[in-house]
Amino acid sequence: MTLVKHELRQGKASFFIWTASIGFLLAVCIFLFPEMKGQMDSVNDMFASMGSFTRAFGMDRLNFGTLIGFYAVECGNILGLGGAFFASLCAVGILSKEEKEKTAEFLLTHPVTRKRVVTEKLIALFIQITAMNLVIFAFAIGSVAAIGEAIPLKEMTLLHLSYYLLQLELAGICFCISAFLRKGSVGIGLGLAALMYFLNIIANISDSAEFLKYITPYGYCGGADIVSSGSLDVALVAVGAVIGVAGTVVSYLKYTKKDIR
Amino acid sequence: MEIIKTDRLTKYYGKARGIVDLDITVCQGEFFGFIGPNGAGKSTTIRTLLGLITPTGGTATVFGKDITKEKEDVLRDIGYLPSESLFYQGMKVKEVLKLSEDLRKKDCGAESKLLCERLQLDTSRRIDELSLGNRKKVAIVCALQHRPELLVLDEPTSGLDPLMQKEFFNILHERNKEGATVFLSGHVLSEIQRNCTRAAIIRDGRIIACDRIEALSKTTAKHVTVHGSINLERLDGARNIKFTEDSVSFLYSGDMNNLLCVLSCGQVNDLTVAEPDLEEVFLHYYEKDGKGL
Repeated sequence: MTLVKHELRQGKASFFIWTASIGFLLAVCIFLFPEMKGQMDSVNDMFASMGSFTRAFGMDRLNFGTLIGFYAVECGNILGLGGAFFASLCAVGILSKEEKEKTAEFLLTHPVTRKRVVTEKLIALFIQITAMNLVIFAFAIGSVAAIGEAIPLKEMTLLHLSYYLLQLELAGICFCISAFLRKGSVGIGLGLAALMYFLNIIANISDSAEFLKYITPYGYCGGADIVSSGSLDVALVAVGAVIGVAGTVVSYLKYTKKDIR
Repeated sequence: MEIIKTDRLTKYYGKARGIVDLDITVCQGEFFGFIGPNGAGKSTTIRTLLGLITPTGGTATVFGKDITKEKEDVLRDIGYLPSESLFYQGMKVKEVLKLSEDLRKKDCGAESKLLCERLQLDTSRRIDELSLGNRKKVAIVCALQHRPELLVLDEPTSGLDPLMQKEFFNILHERNKEGATVFLSGHVLSEIQRNCTRAAIIRDGRIIACDRIEALSKTTAKHVTVHGSINLERLDGARNIKFTEDSVSFLYSGDMNNLLCVLSCGQVNDLTVAEPDLEEVFLHYYEKDGKGL
């Protein structure tokens, strides 16, 4: 587990900054809720009149006057984007950075198999994403408790779980991309996460583009669907899991045979 | 025992040539030099032997083990010193040395301490703050601290001051006497001449000569220096002609009687005829269409 520890140490600063930023923004939103609750009737009316925009963010089926309705939209924007960016950034650079920063020569001339390198880097990535989600979940629950609202534990857990799965899927895809890259990768990671986010918005707006939900992991993170059904869409999650696992398998196949220049 | 053996080892990067049909054998306890101009294929050879790149043809064994199938076993007993010493940013020297030790699953604390003392390396400093020479020292300790059986050194002295170079070669010779094999790749011919027993010369991806150092530098050519003035136009076989203010020097591999004739017709104040130095001999190998000396 030498490489796991090494990776965690290397990614420590980035982990703390992203976790603190997302946790802080979520907490701020939750603390704003009591103040906004009284104005929500007019806000709901306003959103109802905004057509496609309302549908794009699932606000046509969520009641902003309730904590979970408010939280589902805010959580979708902050954790949905922030968490996805963090997971993508971590994953897309974790293998390619060794070649980019020319440390691959140091690492891979030690008696470690490529398979072990990939496995330990994957474990480190998994730990970082899991730890970030646990800390943020605790932040969110603590903030709801602090404002004196009843904690909608089931809905909040499902929402956070869906974003955790989304991050793992994106990480799987980006990890695969990382195995192929030799140089810069930050743009690809951020770009992919943003692309998936906007694909979901398009899928929400237009019925004819609904198939996009099977492509973007945001498809199974829709707050309105999760809150109203009280469960995750198993079919969409399964498609996402297959994509994530496939990405991971391809990364093993590629990296174990890759020429390190 | 053969420590390194390659058989028609070939590597192409797409259509670009890396190395072609490379045959090298390095035996246990040898101090082997590997020389050639930039882009000749030295690094490709080393990277193939270390399993960083996969050969497109031929085979290579280290310690009798196939480098593609038993890479982990092979790397356990190799100490590699790269030409560029790059490490993870933000780490301290002692953390890098510990990481290397942990990756090898071997306690190298005592040896590491000894090497750091000999090379005057401060292990409490951050890698980012180190000069090129000090980063090289970190790489040297990483390559030597596990007491490997084979040392693969790629341009090992770049960045080291002369005193450190001397100490570094002292360490290498001690290890060599204890039985370690040294594979030294580089450009500094004097380094190869002083330290190696045998060497291979690589050009355009192919080995063009491989022999004992004395045999490689053996030639019928003479290095002639004439103080005064002579007419070299009538002299066939003179090459590498260099003029200074009052002298001319050249490599001569033609008929000695002709040389004497030209000298007797000129104004010669002083004359030196000597064996050419190794550098001159090797430059001949480096030249693409170099004629025999």
